[in-house]
Amino acid sequence: MTENRHEKLGLSDEQVLDMYRTMLLARRIDERMWLLNRAGKIPFVISCQGQEAAQVGAAFALDRNKDYALPYYRDMGVVLAFGMTAKELMLSGFAKAEDPNSGGRQMPGHFGQKKNRIVTGSSPVTTQVPHAVGIALAGKMEEKDFVSLVTFGEGSSNQGDFHEGANFAGVHKLPVIFMVENNKYAISVPVSKQLACEKVSDRAQGYGMPGITVDGNDPLAVYEAVKQAADRGRQGEGPSLIEAVSYRLTAHSSDDDDRTYREKEEVEAARQEDSIHTFSAYLRELGILTEEKEQEMQDEIMKLVNEATDYAENAAYAEPETIFNYVYAE
Amino acid sequence: MAQMTMIQAITDALRTELKNDENVLVYGEDVGKNGGVFRATEGLQDEFGEDRVFDTPLAESGIGGISIGLALQGFRPVPEIQFFGFVYEAMDAINGQMARMRYRSGGTKAQPITIRSPFGGGVHTPELHADSLEGLIAQQPGMKVVIPSSPYDAKGLLISSIRDNDPVVFLEHMKLYRSFREEVPEEEYTIDLGKAEVKREGADVTLVAYGAMVHSSLKAAEELEKNGVSAEVIDLRTVMPIDMDTILESVKKTNRVVVVQEAQRQAGVAAHIIAEIQERAILHLEAPVLRVTAPDTVYAFSQAEEVWLPNYNDIIERVNQVVNF
Repeated sequence: MTENRHEKLGLSDEQVLDMYRTMLLARRIDERMWLLNRAGKIPFVISCQGQEAAQVGAAFALDRNKDYALPYYRDMGVVLAFGMTAKELMLSGFAKAEDPNSGGRQMPGHFGQKKNRIVTGSSPVTTQVPHAVGIALAGKMEEKDFVSLVTFGEGSSNQGDFHEGANFAGVHKLPVIFMVENNKYAISVPVSKQLACEKVSDRAQGYGMPGITVDGNDPLAVYEAVKQAADRGRQGEGPSLIEAVSYRLTAHSSDDDDRTYREKEEVEAARQEDSIHTFSAYLRELGILTEEKEQEMQDEIMKLVNEATDYAENAAYAEPETIFNYVYAE
Repeated sequence: MAQMTMIQAITDALRTELKNDENVLVYGEDVGKNGGVFRATEGLQDEFGEDRVFDTPLAESGIGGISIGLALQGFRPVPEIQFFGFVYEAMDAINGQMARMRYRSGGTKAQPITIRSPFGGGVHTPELHADSLEGLIAQQPGMKVVIPSSPYDAKGLLISSIRDNDPVVFLEHMKLYRSFREEVPEEEYTIDLGKAEVKREGADVTLVAYGAMVHSSLKAAEELEKNGVSAEVIDLRTVMPIDMDTILESVKKTNRVVVVQEAQRQAGVAAHIIAEIQERAILHLEAPVLRVTAPDTVYAFSQAEEVWLPNYNDIIERVNQVVNF
């Protein structure tokens, strides 16, 4: 008998179904983007596959009407949960003028949308970390009770910006949630070659904040950890570091061939733990999700993805004359 | 009116804007309790509190990145980089991030940040404490670069920079901090960014300069006058954007130009100005446009500093070359 874990966390059946639906939507959009890339229709894909549980679990633990998200390039699950739509993501994939992220000015995966409090990062990794700290400092000064969630890969935890940002947040007890999505590879470099410590969460100690490692394939475990961190932040107790461990199921990007640096068996083994399947199984075992319901959900998502693809493919590119726009204030 | 040094005028401008706008924040390494290593922020923490004037950890990249977050939330950060040579640690935050936020966000996000920083030679500080790195920032679309040459300009330009809705690097020449005083109004005033000032009118040659080189150019102009050469001196005040209109107007009058910068020949903005002049006013020129710069080496050690830095004699020599061409 499967234990109902979400009820204990205060999550309704509807909410966990919504979590699953968001994870699945992210996966299907991502898969479509790969197809479009291989068909020569979009230039680049950088994937969320394997990390949807951590992304969606974290986002659902926040107040998505006031908290801030500073995602990294894999966080499709985070931005979908924060209100970005399939159509908007597809516009970004096609680099069309209507793309709310940047109007096609940045690469896909550089998520930003003012109305949903999603803050765009830069291409060198980890720039978003001190931005999140600055936003949290602003919130503290203005006595607002939002928290900022900043996510990044385990590779980013080696960058100076991570350490500078974490230290500043620790010194000023700022409401920042640092969430590392440890997918075990920084492009081709495995964790064993990246970290001198055993876990990324070990790094929290140096910055005066709690650090924990959770199963990144379990959206409920991530939800619980982020919820606690958000409560701490709102109560003025300062930042937290959460390491969500999962696996990158695709190559680094559409321009990468991962067969040169990892074994097929390793990837296959990781697929057995894919959260899309394990969370679906959990929901079915509890009778919340039936085969019929899941099919309905799949159909509805595919319809969304198809519509988004068609719309984005037919949307206009930015006019070349607009290169002069937005360089300085008009 | 009060007699102020440039550093006093800068403190006065910071105080003015901290008072005017509660979103203005002043921070950096040692700027709080200590009042800054050059005392630019002296007394400001006592007056405005630790929330608005504060010390940061020693981490320039973090200072840059945190500024971006604060600006996204509607604050007007005025961070200090303790010496501008330390800006390399924050270059990505500046040229890679804040300069591009407006563009990347399709115009939905602004970065009203003013980064203040001391720079410049002649005070026996070694390289990275004295380098003229304005060219690095001036080359980045999205950034503005302001370099005052006097206490009066420093106050008006700093207030304008803080009120500007784009990121500004505001460079304060260390040699000018306390080298002279002048009348500075106690009330607030602004000086438009992107507007040069004709510091001295002349008929025979135009000297284009900024920062400390404005004073070397004025001194050269005085000497030249004794020999019957009338030099016009333009103080750029802003090196990005550059006020080409004022320069071209002067070129059309004098037909001869020498551009003066403290930076090395391969750095700074002189090459760019000369290219613009030859593209836009070549038929008005009676001689090639020359420049006075430091040589292309790493900033000189103290003992060689006075030889390495351009001075008014170098300017006179160049002027004589263009006048006698």
